[in-house]
Amino acid sequence: MRILPMSLECPLVDPVGLADAPLHAGLLPVLSDRAAAGHGAPMEQERGVQETVSEQTLWLLAVRDQRDRQAFARLFDHFAPRIKAMLLRGGLRDGMAEDVVQDVMLAVWRKADQFDPHRAPASAWIYRIARNRQIDLARRRPAPLPEVLDEPPETEPDAAQILALEQETTRLKAALQALSPEQTRTIEQAFLEELTHSEISQQTGLPLGTIKSRIRLGLDRLRKELADLKRE
Amino acid sequence: MTVISHHIGETLIAAHVAGQLPHVFSVVVAAHISVCDECRARAEAAEALGGALIEGIRPATLSVAARDRVMAALDDDAPEPAPIPRSGIFPAPVMQAMGGKPPHWRMLGGGVRQQILAADREGSLRLLYIPPGLAVPEHGHRGLELTMVLQGSFSDSEGRFAAGDVEVAGGELDHQPIAGPDGPCICLAATDAPLRFHALLPRLLQPLFRI
Repeated sequence: MRILPMSLECPLVDPVGLADAPLHAGLLPVLSDRAAAGHGAPMEQERGVQETVSEQTLWLLAVRDQRDRQAFARLFDHFAPRIKAMLLRGGLRDGMAEDVVQDVMLAVWRKADQFDPHRAPASAWIYRIARNRQIDLARRRPAPLPEVLDEPPETEPDAAQILALEQETTRLKAALQALSPEQTRTIEQAFLEELTHSEISQQTGLPLGTIKSRIRLGLDRLRKELADLKRE
Repeated sequence: MTVISHHIGETLIAAHVAGQLPHVFSVVVAAHISVCDECRARAEAAEALGGALIEGIRPATLSVAARDRVMAALDDDAPEPAPIPRSGIFPAPVMQAMGGKPPHWRMLGGGVRQQILAADREGSLRLLYIPPGLAVPEHGHRGLELTMVLQGSFSDSEGRFAAGDVEVAGGELDHQPIAGPDGPCICLAATDAPLRFHALLPRLLQPLFRI
């Protein structure tokens, strides 16, 4: 059993974050209770694995459900400098990168109703928006986007499902951390930096529960793929 | 509803998510994800990897003015432009590539029709209409070829491909797809890109191309 270094842990939710997300505060005791009772979260005994949903995801939920500006400001302070770093590494100049960051964060605010914590942690959802914007700019045409999945109306948040997804993401981070610097560099290049651009070269009837469990399956396979890389 | 039996591999999906696929291939991947929950899940897993990398990046310095401008703009209710929706057999990303218009077919002879949606140095994207029982015309693929069935079906040495399925072919796959007897086959084909991948990606792509 791997014990994650502290630096890899998703920040645990702090009481201040709770106060900012009154509706979702109710989610958290459920999560802790479930973890304590051994429900839902398969790895609750594993040390260093987060036992609560990340504060970033809670902020995004507060933005989605309450249009909470303070929560948005926190999201901004956390992600905007990271998105800017990605854009700079992708070759944008400083001023342009600042403009694009503003675009991306406004899109986060406006599209928040599409965020589904059962399928993505906040970081993944925001990565998608930022990367697609970067692709639009590099290719000078809109990135092809899949249709948005139609959600069944107002499903209850499944705390165990949300937590399990975030824990899988945390383990993926640990797998990333275990790679050699060169391997990390390669993956960062592919996901954060270079883009191909033109200059160089419904519903399937499956219940939504299936897609959710498959995301975790996909994460698990990615993590193993990274672990295999490390062994090479 | 259609059961998808031919998917797009994890690596190609990850390459799409990371912006490593040329535009014409990304259209096919996005169209397939629109109808395939399994590949959507693969894409969202790859996005989680992207999110994890963003969490680990060293943050850049951002001007206070940028933050102020965004906070002040929250009240401007400029809605995000609505994407072009799906229409009939054409998933939204294909409709976007068609400019929101119905197909404008060119006759190729023998009842076969096509519409080229995009063609440049990075590859080409076309719609093909094949009458039942006829062979899909050779559209040449020295590199990667992705063919998604939108209506009807075709069969070749790799199996039978029905609506929603994608055939992923490398350069040396010698195949002669024949449209099924169940009505005209309409497919979306992206071909002929000189693909250049990062070191990680070719390794993962090996089984795909059988190299």
